Order: sequence, then C-alpha cells, then structure tokens
Amino acid sequence: MATDESQNLPKVIVFIKPPVFTLLGEHYFHSPIFQFLKAYESPLPLHQFLTTHAHSIQAILSSGGAPVTADILDKLPSVRLVVTTSAGLNQIDLPACRLRGVAVANAADVYSADVADLAVGLLIDVLRKISCADRYVRQGLWVTKGDYPLGYKLGGKRVGIVGLGSIGFEVAKRLEAFGCHISYNSRKKKPYASYPFYSNVHELAANSDALVICCALTDQTRHMINKEVLLALGKEGVIVNIGRGAIIDEKEMVQCLVQEEIRGAGLDVFENEPDVPQELFAMDNVVLSPHRAVFTPESFKDLAELVVGNLEAFFLNKPLLSLFGDE
Amino acid sequence: MESIGVLMVCPSSTYLEQELSKRFSLYKFWTFSDKTQFVKTHSNSIRAIVGAAAAGADAALIDSLPKLEIVASFSVGLDKVDLIKCKDKGIRVTNTPDVLTDDVADLAIGLILAVLRRLCECDRYVRSGKWKKGDFKLTTKFTGKTVGIIGLGRIGIGIAKRAEAFSCPISYYSRTEKPELKYKYYSNVLDLASNCDILVVACPLTAETHHIINREVIDALGPKGVLINIGRGPHVDEVELVSALLEGRLGGAGLDVFEHEPNVPEELFGLENVVLLPHVGSGTVETRKSMADIVIGNLEAHFLKKPLLTPVV
Repeated sequence: MATDESQNLPKVIVFIKPPVFTLLGEHYFHSPIFQFLKAYESPLPLHQFLTTHAHSIQAILSSGGAPVTADILDKLPSVRLVVTTSAGLNQIDLPACRLRGVAVANAADVYSADVADLAVGLLIDVLRKISCADRYVRQGLWVTKGDYPLGYKLGGKRVGIVGLGSIGFEVAKRLEAFGCHISYNSRKKKPYASYPFYSNVHELAANSDALVICCALTDQTRHMINKEVLLALGKEGVIVNIGRGAIIDEKEMVQCLVQEEIRGAGLDVFENEPDVPQELFAMDNVVLSPHRAVFTPESFKDLAELVVGNLEAFFLNKPLLSLFGDE
Repeated sequence: MESIGVLMVCPSSTYLEQELSKRFSLYKFWTFSDKTQFVKTHSNSIRAIVGAAAAGADAALIDSLPKLEIVASFSVGLDKVDLIKCKDKGIRVTNTPDVLTDDVADLAIGLILAVLRRLCECDRYVRSGKWKKGDFKLTTKFTGKTVGIIGLGRIGIGIAKRAEAFSCPISYYSRTEKPELKYKYYSNVLDLASNCDILVVACPLTAETHHIINREVIDALGPKGVLINIGRGPHVDEVELVSALLEGRLGGAGLDVFEHEPNVPEELFGLENVVLLPHVGSGTVETRKSMADIVIGNLEAHFLKKPLLTPVV
C-alpha cells in the first residue's frame, strides 16, 4: 500500500529484513521523505533486482548478514550513502565506499550504554557464577548438595579494555565504580582518558585479570586475541567479548578454557553465529549470550530515530547525523 | 588457648574451621545428633559461639551456656543473635562488616543485570540450541532506570555508587534521612516502591523490617517493576511475592535470600523473569577468607583481653 502512494519518493534499498524491523516494528522507520525498496520481498534473485532498480536507488540500509561489497556498489552507481543498523562496520567494504565517494553512517553511540551494561553483566556473571548458581538452585541442588562453591571478587581486579571507543569508555566508567583498575589498548592513545595505556594487547593481557573486547573487527584486529594473548592473561584471567567473534581466535580460546589456561569467559559474539563451539556447553565457567547486546526497545527506538534522521538529512541535503569518518 | 571451648553453630567455611581448630577446642554443633545432651555435657567449657547467616545464638542457647563470653558472627547481619540478651548478660558480639560490602553490592547489580537483560535465560537459550532457530527477544535497558534502595548503610551506599555509574537516578528509604548524599529520600517504603523501577532490599532484618516487602509494596512496584533482595529472606513476604510473579503483578525478581533456605518456592523454577541464587552475597574466595580472619581476630583479641576488631555489643 505504501509503495502505491509514494511512487515518487527517493528509494532506500534493504537487502534482508533487519532484525529491528521485526523486533521493534517497521513503523518506527517510516518517513514522508523516502521509501524502502525491499529486495527481500521480491521474487527476483538479488542481482536481477539490482539491475531492475539500479537507477533509482540512492541509499542502502544495511544490517549484519547483508554485506555491502564493491560488487554491489558497482551494480548501484546512484548510491551515495550507506546507513547501517549496527555500530560495527565490518560488513561494509569501507575502502570501496571511499573510492566511490559513498558516505557511510552507522549507529554511532546509540547502543553504547546497552552494550556496556551487557559487558559488565557478563563479567559479574562469570566471576560470581550467577547463571551457573541459578541453574544449581533450579535443579534443587541447594537442598541436596549444600552450599554453592565460591566465586571470585570483582573489586580490585585489573580490567584491560581492548578498544577505548564509545563502548569501551562506557564499560570503563561502569567498572571503575566497582573498584576495578582500568587500563586499555587502542589504535591510538586517547587524550580524554586518564587510564594507563598499553601499546600492544599482549602487554595489556599480561597486566590484567580480565579483558573486555570492545573494538571493531578489522583486518588488523582479526584473531588479535590469540593463544599468546590468552596465555598472558593467565590461569586466573577472564575474557568478555561484546565486539565481534572473529577478534578472538575461537579455537584457541576453547582450548585454553578446556585446559584451564584461563579462568572463564563471557561471550555475546562468536566466529560463526549462530553456531557456538559445543565444548562450551559443558562448561560452568562460561556465560553465553546470543548476540543481543543491543536488543532493548530503548536502543532500537534510538536507532530508528537515528537511521531515519540520517536518511532524511541525506535526501534534504543536510549534514548527516552520524557520518562515519575513520579516526 | 587450646582449652577454650568454641561452639560453631552451623557450617560456613572450612578455612574458618581449620583456623579455629588450631587455636581452640572446636565443637561443630551440627555434627551432634543429640544437641541437648551435647549442651549438658559441654556447657561449662563453651566460652564462645561462632555463628553465621544461617544460625546464631538465641535466648535459649545463650541461657544454656553459662560460661559464654562472646558471639562472633561470620556475617554482617545479626538477626539470628539475641542482641538484647547478650547486652543484658555482658556477652560481646562481633560481626564482619566492610569486608563483604563490595561483594554484596556487586551481586546486587549483577542480579539487576541478570534479571533485566535475561542473562540466565540467554545462556540457557544458547546451550539448548534455540539460537539456531531464531533471534532472542528484546530485553529491558538498565542504564537510566530509577533504583530505589531500602536501607542506606554501607551496602546500600555501595549499590547506589555502582548504579550511579549506569546513570541511574537513586532514591531510598532509611530510618533516617541522609541529606549529605543528595539522593531522593522517601519517608515510607510504599512511596519509594511507587516511584522506582528497581527496588533493592539492603537493610538489616529486625522486627520492624520483617516482611517490609508485602503485597502492597509489591503492587506499588508493579508489573514493570523488579525486586532485588540481597538482605534476608524474611524481608519479603515470600508467599505474596510468588503469587505476584505468577500473576504478572510484578515484573521480575532477583533473589539471593529466601525465607526458608535452602528451600526455594518451586513455582519460581519455571519463571524466566526471576534469578535465584543460593545466598552467595559474600561468596567469593577472597571475601570469605577476610571474614574468617576477622572472626579469628575478634576471638583472639577477646581472650587476650585486647580491644575487639568489630564489636557490635
């Protein structure tokens, strides 16, 4: 119905249905300024769909699972903007965008509080065995087996933040209130942060009791958390990942957990979602989350506002709200 | 000091048992099937009781031990110790404040995050293979929610400081207002419950605070409200809590304590909006050792006629 009324509105192509459309509601993304062209609702195969509509598409709404490649950009020569529903941009060929003068706008910091909250929640859960102890009670074991084994104190722990961007900074701010000692590794030292800086992640790990992965997935950070880093973190170390699965060498991490080279892990992301290494299912010292750090109505509403704001600004020739520029 | 009889009334820490055994004649009350006989036999040699959250020293026990001089509790809460009786008889009482404040406050926030963000449910979701079939649903944001705290002592303040880091407005009910803290004060629990998103019980258990969370308070907190109890089970009318959760009148609950530990109402086992913990507030390796050291320190100080470390009576 909407498409009949608004044939003349500029078009934004959407390749797959973004989870936020389902979980929050498409109506939050409605605008009188533009309309969505939903490739996923067409019976045509994607390349044919693109060829049919190429001339009219000026912007792409991208979500994880539908990468924006150089090839796609070539098939859509009128595209000048890619807006993502994610903060992460690992599914976007950024150099290809730059080359073609295509601007990219991401979710900026609308998610940062929720992601930071989850990171802290996962860290407390691993150290204090919350999910595990909850299972213990529900299985009736408190009555039959007695008191639950002790966990580990969070206060006073040295926490190494990998990537001190918007999310990393929010994590640091929260953990300081728990009496944690914060240090970090980032591509560059941050002038606004007074935490100790380590220029490489191995040294950060060697001086931390817990690592929280908050950085972007890029060619440089892929498998950055490898066996050496995990061994440096040590037998009493805990790792929390709310970035992207591939930042950690997952096979090595699983081995380290199996061999008790590290104490535990809290993971919201994995290398091959939704597949999770089976070995983790038998472990009591890991907490697993199905990549939903941003899945709150509050975050999604803020995201919808930002996405619509960016697209409307673009079509009205105004400055974008969250233009991504490499720092 | 090896001839001094110390009665440990419930198991709490094997490290504490070991350290007590090294210094005193330690009797573990729970290992005697006939407690009355035990008391008859040993009443003249017991000069100290070591209690914990689960058991302390009531009037009957105190009266049956004429040589009792000190009750040292492996806890900060003293609801299981008859403090008035101890004062009357000149019996000293010590607890373990401060060392466990951080752990309990950490757990309160951990429970809030676990309930609001459904951490335990998510973990179950992944382990059961359900993620392969579809995405998890939406959960509730914690940052910015109003946190109401009952009892603004050491633990209550610790919870407030942590919640502030999540940009949560803080309000509280306490016996006395604390204007220097700049949190919003409510003179009664009902008003506090009506005006917060998350209600945390952090006060001592006394006759006044027994069932301080009753049906009225629960209804005031409401279908979107969350109750967190890291105090004592009897703070909450458990029967009312269960029916409110089953009927959807309360949004969720994170509970570390229950009225009849280790028994937990089984009706709660099937609910996804509750997190149930087996009284682990101070349950870390580091803190339990610190607590045990304080118990030992207090007993040694007493019998060496030195000032007690953490006297309450």
